Amino acid sequence: MGQSLRTTHVEGPIWLISGAGGNVVVSAGDNGILLVDSGSAEYSADLLQEIESISDGTIRYIVNTRLHPDRVGGNAALRAAGDTFTGGNATQIGGVDVGAAVIGHENLMLRMVLDADYDAGLQPTETFFVPRFDLYFNSEPVEVIHQPNAIDDTNLIVHFRRSDVIAAGDVFRLDSWPYIDLDNGGSIDGVLDSLNDLVDLAVADTLSEGGTLIVPGRGRICDEGDLVRYRDMVTVIRDRIRTWMDRGMSLDEIRQAEPAFEYESRYGRRDDWTAEMFIEAVYLSLSSPSR
Amino acid sequence: MKSVICMALLVLSGAAAAQVDLVGDWRVIYHEDRIERAPGPEIGDFTGLPLNEAGRRRGLSWSASLLTVPEHQCTPHPANYAAMHSNLRIWKEVDPQSLETIAWHLLHESYNRFRVVYMDGRPRPGDDERHTWQGFSTGRWVGNALEITTTDMKESRIRRNGVEHSDEAVLVEFLTRHGEILTLISILNDPHSLEEPYIHTRNFVLNTNQRMRPYPCRGTVEIDRPRGLVPHFLPGENPFMETYQKNHGIPAEAALGGAATTLPEYRERLRELLSSGESR
Repeated sequence: MGQSLRTTHVEGPIWLISGAGGNVVVSAGDNGILLVDSGSAEYSADLLQEIESISDGTIRYIVNTRLHPDRVGGNAALRAAGDTFTGGNATQIGGVDVGAAVIGHENLMLRMVLDADYDAGLQPTETFFVPRFDLYFNSEPVEVIHQPNAIDDTNLIVHFRRSDVIAAGDVFRLDSWPYIDLDNGGSIDGVLDSLNDLVDLAVADTLSEGGTLIVPGRGRICDEGDLVRYRDMVTVIRDRIRTWMDRGMSLDEIRQAEPAFEYESRYGRRDDWTAEMFIEAVYLSLSSPSR
Repeated sequence: MKSVICMALLVLSGAAAAQVDLVGDWRVIYHEDRIERAPGPEIGDFTGLPLNEAGRRRGLSWSASLLTVPEHQCTPHPANYAAMHSNLRIWKEVDPQSLETIAWHLLHESYNRFRVVYMDGRPRPGDDERHTWQGFSTGRWVGNALEITTTDMKESRIRRNGVEHSDEAVLVEFLTRHGEILTLISILNDPHSLEEPYIHTRNFVLNTNQRMRPYPCRGTVEIDRPRGLVPHFLPGENPFMETYQKNHGIPAEAALGGAATTLPEYRERLRELLSSGESR
C-alpha cells in the first residue's frame, strides 16, 4: 500500500483517498468502482493499491473535475486497469477491452487536445456539453454538474445523491485559496457561482452539523458549515478588490492594501499559489469580465 | 489573571490523583463578563482578547447582518464558547465490566451542544476526518481537575462580534469541583488569530431542579438579497467600530485587544492613555 496515501470512509459506498496529488473520491459497490479524478501520474500504482484495499471491483468510470495534472494524470493507468460497461458493436467476441470510461466536459477534451502537456492517453473517452450529465451507479444517482468558468471552463462537481456526498474538486480546497486558471477560462465570479451552487446543494443536519458531506479538492471531509466559511472568505476578498478597483485603485495599490490579510496565515501557505498570485488573478478576472 | 490561573493549575497538578464526581446539572453563574455573555458583546469590543493583527482585522470587518444569512442562522456555539452563557449537564459513561469511566458527556443547553470527552485513550481522528463545532475531546485527571484537550474544531467564534478562531485551534480546559461550585478554566490556542492563548474561567452552581430545554433551529430567508451576498465592512470602514470606544470612554488601543492589553500591568498604560485624552 502506498505510504503517502490515506483512505477514509465518507458515507455509504463513498471513500476518500488523499495524497495522490489532489483528493480522489471513490464509489465502490455492486456495479464496480467510479473514481472522481485520477490523481497525479506518479501515484497511479499506489492509488491502484489503495483502491484495491477498498474493493476488488472493476474500475468502470473516471470523472475528471478539471484540467490539471493532479486531476487527470492517472487517467491512462487507471483506465487501463478498468473496464467500462459496453456492448453491441463496441465489443468483440470473447470480451471487452476498452478500459474504464473517462468522463469529462467537452471543454476538457478541447483543452487537452490543444495542450501538448496532455497526451492522448489522458483524454476523456466520454464528453458532454450540456450543464449536467448523470448516471445511476452503485444504487444511487450520480450527477456530474458543469461549473462554467470557475477554476477553468472544464470544471465539474459530482453529487452522489443517495449517499449525499459531493466531490467539489478544487473550487473548494482547504489548503489554499481557490485556483483561478485565467488562461483556460477561469474567473473569480465563476468560482463564487460554483461555491454558491455547492452551498445551495448542501443541506445541513441539525444545527448546521453534518448532513450533506463535501469532499474538497484538497483537505479533509467537510460539511456545509466549513463550505460556507470558505465561500464567505472568497466573497469578502473579491468584494474588497472589486470595490477598490471601482474607486480607481491600481493592482499595486490593492496589493498594498492587503485584501486577504486576515486569511493569509491559514490559506496562503502554498508557494505555488500565494496571496499575491490569488489577488492578481482576481484583479485580472474582474478587469476582464469576458474571461 | 494569567499568573493566578497558572498558580492554580500548579496546585491542582500537585494534588493527589483523585477523580472527582462531576455528574449533575450545573447552572451557569454570570458574575464574570456578564454583558459579553448574556446580552452579547458590543461591536468592536475586543477587550481582554489577545488578538493578533489578523484576528483583529477580521473582527473589524464583521457585520452583524451576517447572522441574517440563512446558512449562518443556526451556527451553534463551538466547544470553546458553549460555556459562555449556558447551563450544563454532565454525566458519565462507564465500562460495564471494570466500571471505569470511559467517557464524560457534557450537554450545554444553548444550541444543545453535546460533547463527549473520551477517557479510554483512543487516538485522535485522522487528518481527513470531518471537523465538528465541538471538536474531538480527550480527557485525563490532573490531580482533582479533569483536563480536556479538544482538537478538530471548525472555524468558529471566540466572541460573538466577529472574532473567530481557525479550524486549527486547540482548546485545553480544566474542570474542577469545589462542593457545589464547578469551575471551568478554558485556554484557547490559535496561531491564526491570537498572539497568545486566550484564557478565561466560567463558574457553575449545582442545580438539582434544572430542566434542559430543546433548541431547535432552522435557517430561513428573511431578507430578499442577491445570491451569495456576504455582509461585511471594508477594512477601516466599519461605521460602528468606534461606537463602543466612545460610549464607554475606552481608548482604541485597549478596545481592540492584543496580548499586552490582557496583562495587569496594562492598567498603568491605560491610565496614561486616559489622562492624555486618548478616548475622548
